[in-house]
Order: sequence, then C-alpha cells, then structure tokens
Amino acid sequence: MIETRELCKQYGRITAVDGISFRVEAGQVLGFLGPNGAGKSTTMKMIAGFVAPTSGGAKVCGFDVEAQPLEAKRELGYLPEGAPSYGEMTVAAFLGFIADVRGLAGERRHQRIDDAVGRLNLGGVMGQSIETLSKGFRRRVGLAQAILHDPKVLILDEPTDGLDPNQKHEVRGLINAMAKDKTIVVSTHILEEVHAVCNRAIIIARGKVLADDTPDKLEARSRYHQAVSMTVANVAAAREALARLPDVDSVEVDPQDQRITAFPRKGRSIFGAVGDLLKAQGIAVSELQLERGRLDEVFRSVTQGAAKEGARA
Amino acid sequence: MNPIGIVFRRELASYFATPVAYVFIVIFLLLAGWFTFYLGGFFERGQADLVPFFSFHPWLYLFLIPAVAMRLWAEERKSGSIELLLTLPITMLQAVLGKFLAAWAFVGIALALTFPLWITVNYLGDPDNGAILAGYLGSLLMAGAFVAIGSCISAATRNQVVAFILTVVVCLVLLLAGLPMVLNVLGVVLPQFLVDAIASLSFLTHFQAIGKGVIDLRDLLYFGLMIGFWLYANAVVIDLKKAD
Repeated sequence: MIETRELCKQYGRITAVDGISFRVEAGQVLGFLGPNGAGKSTTMKMIAGFVAPTSGGAKVCGFDVEAQPLEAKRELGYLPEGAPSYGEMTVAAFLGFIADVRGLAGERRHQRIDDAVGRLNLGGVMGQSIETLSKGFRRRVGLAQAILHDPKVLILDEPTDGLDPNQKHEVRGLINAMAKDKTIVVSTHILEEVHAVCNRAIIIARGKVLADDTPDKLEARSRYHQAVSMTVANVAAAREALARLPDVDSVEVDPQDQRITAFPRKGRSIFGAVGDLLKAQGIAVSELQLERGRLDEVFRSVTQGAAKEGARA
Repeated sequence: MNPIGIVFRRELASYFATPVAYVFIVIFLLLAGWFTFYLGGFFERGQADLVPFFSFHPWLYLFLIPAVAMRLWAEERKSGSIELLLTLPITMLQAVLGKFLAAWAFVGIALALTFPLWITVNYLGDPDNGAILAGYLGSLLMAGAFVAIGSCISAATRNQVVAFILTVVVCLVLLLAGLPMVLNVLGVVLPQFLVDAIASLSFLTHFQAIGKGVIDLRDLLYFGLMIGFWLYANAVVIDLKKAD
C-alpha cells in the first residue's frame, strides 16, 4: 500500500511537485503518466525515500518514509530512472550485493536470485560486467534488483525504456504476473503500456494530478469515444450522407489516407445507424471500426489544457 | 552481515575490478622506495631505522590518496547509483562508513605491502621495531584523515577531477600548517598562541609525534576527531546535494 498526502517538492523557486495525494492498494497497478518534467520521477523519488519532500508526506505499507525510512525501504522495490547500477560489477556480484543488503541468506537467497534471474532471462549474462551489457539488459538487471526480495510494493520508473518490442512484451508480462498481490506504480510515457499493464492511471503535469481513473474511463473522455471510422471508395458521397444522420455531430476526413471518422453527439451511439446508412446508400466499405477512444488525445488535451491555464495565470 | 560490512566489501572489490588498484599500488611502492633510498638517503645515513621512509609519507599521500578517494561519491552521483544505494534499507551513516573504511583499507593494503623495507632494515641492522610499528600506525591514521577529507569533497561534486584537485588543496593546507618554514612566517604576524593552534591542527605535527615512537592519546584523538568530523560533514553534504 502506498499513500501520499499533499506531497510537495520545491527546488529553489521551481515547484516540481505541487500537492500530490493518492492512495494505491495491493492488487492495483498504477500508471503514472505525464509529459517530461511533469514531476513523475520526483514524486517517485520522494516515495522511495531518496528525496525529502518540502512538505507533505508519503507512507509505504503504513511506514512513514521520513520517520521510519528503513522499515519503508524494506517493503519497497525501486527501479530508479535510467536503471543505474554499478558498472564494474558482474551481474552475479551485483545481485549478490543487493541480496546481502536485503538480508537474504542461505536457501532463500539462492532461491530469490534464481527466481529474479529466471523471470528476466539474465542467466546467460551472469558473469558479464554490467557496463558491457546492452541497454535492454541493464534495464533488466535493474528490474531484477527491484524484485529480488519479493517486495510488497514496487515502484518502477520507466521500466520498459530502451527495450525492444519483445523485451517490452516480456516485462509487461512480468508486471502482470506480479500484479495480483502487490502494489505497483509504473511511470511511462508510452500510452499503449497503460492498457497493457495498468488498472488505474494518473495523469500529472506541472506537479499536479489532472486525472485519476481507469484506462477505460480515461479513454471515454476522448472525443473519439464511440466514434466510427471507415474507409470507403466514394469519400465525398459518404461524407455527405453521414453528416445528415441525426446523431452525428461532425464528420472528419483524414487528409493523409482519406479515412472518414464520424463523431456522435454526446452520449449517443451511432455505429448501428452508420452501418444501416452505408448499406442503404450502397456505399462500398472496405473497413469499418468503432473507436474506443484515443488515450494519446486525452493525454494531450488534459496536459495541454493545464499548460494553457498555467500560461494565463 | 552488518550493512557496513556489505558496503565495505562491495566498495573494496570495486577497486580491484579496475586497473586503478594495481596502478595505485605499483606507483605507491615505487615512489615510496624512491623517496626512501634516493631522497631519504637510506643507505648513506648508516642507521637501521625507517625514518627516511616515513618522513615522505605525507607528501606521497598528498597526491595518491585524493586519487583513491575522488571516486567514492562522485562516481555514484555521476552514474546515478547513489539513488539505488540510498534507497536500499541502510542508513546514511552505514553507507558513509562502509565506503570510507573500504578506501582506507585499500590504502592500508598498499602500506602493508611495503613490508620488504621492514625486513631489509631488520636484515641490515638492529632497528627499534616498536618505533617502526608506531610509524606504521601514525602513517595509517594520517591516511585515514586524508581519505575522510577526500570522501567528503567527493560527495560535493559529480566530477572526479574537481574532487581530486580540491582534496589536494585542502590536504596541502593541512600539511603546510605544520611546516616550520610556514610557522616561522606566521609567527611574525600572529601571536604565538595562534601559531601554536595552527600547528596543532596540522597533520605533520601529529604524524611526526607518533613517528618518534611515542603514542600519545592526544595524537590518536586528533586523527580520530579529524576523521569523525570529515565523515560527519560527508553525510551532511550528501543529504544536501544527493538529488542535484
């Protein structure tokens, strides 16, 4: 369980994090979204106990990060931004060091290292020094380090940055496999990742929480939600016909691939009506799709809206 | 195992994982030998003792120890691993002590490898081995103070070269404060009690006192306090600057 209350961090006159409060329970995977410089990493650093908040506080499994730092850190697995480690050490020596610091000994030490190495496919590079590894391997060493002591709470700052698509898929699988009984916070700016691993998403910008919802509900905020897109032979005729439908608010044509999107009036469903219309008019359709909503569009409108407000103020 | 021990072991091993350790030890031994035999006139003096060996240690340490200590924290800050280290369940004190002790032990290993000199002097004559032991103790304590200063300054920057140069300057000031030449000049402008105070802050004064074979509690306390002060400052500096 992670709890933050009114977390603030100021660097000189710059406010990096401005009153962030949230609570994440076991079984939740929280996606932390925001543009670069939004305060994602600073918030994570404060929860991990690396940076002291200017005001407010954070609790990990009930332990206050500032008052009981050792207890909080014991419950926590943390992958810092950029997955730093000791380059001159071999993977085996590095994981051994982390296991020692985490107080793992005997059979359990062996078993935990084997488990983490297996989950992240590090078996082949155990004897190699970390600085000679590729970026993807280094990230996986950082992840192995974070999950080594089977922590209740995991904070992962951009866990899939620098991984190739296959490795991304594996890491997402790893997070999903651990999600059941752990509290996990993942920061990312890859929006597809939110759908793949998170059951809750927080969008922050300029140090403030702008949205806190499930990925599905966030998508529903998009104007593309329930819109219908299609590719047809006769674009002009289809466009005109669609615009006449009572529940259609507007029709747009993508200038690049001539794909048509019909947007419904608020709260209306138009998929059936559009299908009927196309059939009745005899318009040849090569592809027809009901849009769920576009997370990137929601992300842009939420974060840029905040930027404009900030500029006005 | 104690967290200090775990950090210590990792840090000490990291010296030997790179050529730094071997370069340092070889240069240290070569210079120590050269100073002893040529500048110190080991044979010409015709005395069975290690005074020419020990008397050059402060100047040897002045350049070599900052090179050992400069990476302690600057490297961690540069690579970002400081964020990993300080979010592990260890206290700041344990991290600082573990790293300091590793660097100190490393210098200690280099110092211990000068044992052939001790064998030589025992083979050639009949030296006062108690005085030699005291000399080694004084040298080791002084090395500890150098390392503590280097560790503290290393925490203030992420650039190892800056850490090296600043450490050399601070150590040089602390050495010079004990040279008769400097103290005489100061004696012209400052009252005697101030000159004495400055002299008593110098490494040289205490190192030479121990080197005479007299182990005075005050000299031990001096080095102990010196190390304690700089390590405390080290922890404060990390707390202030770790996230920069």
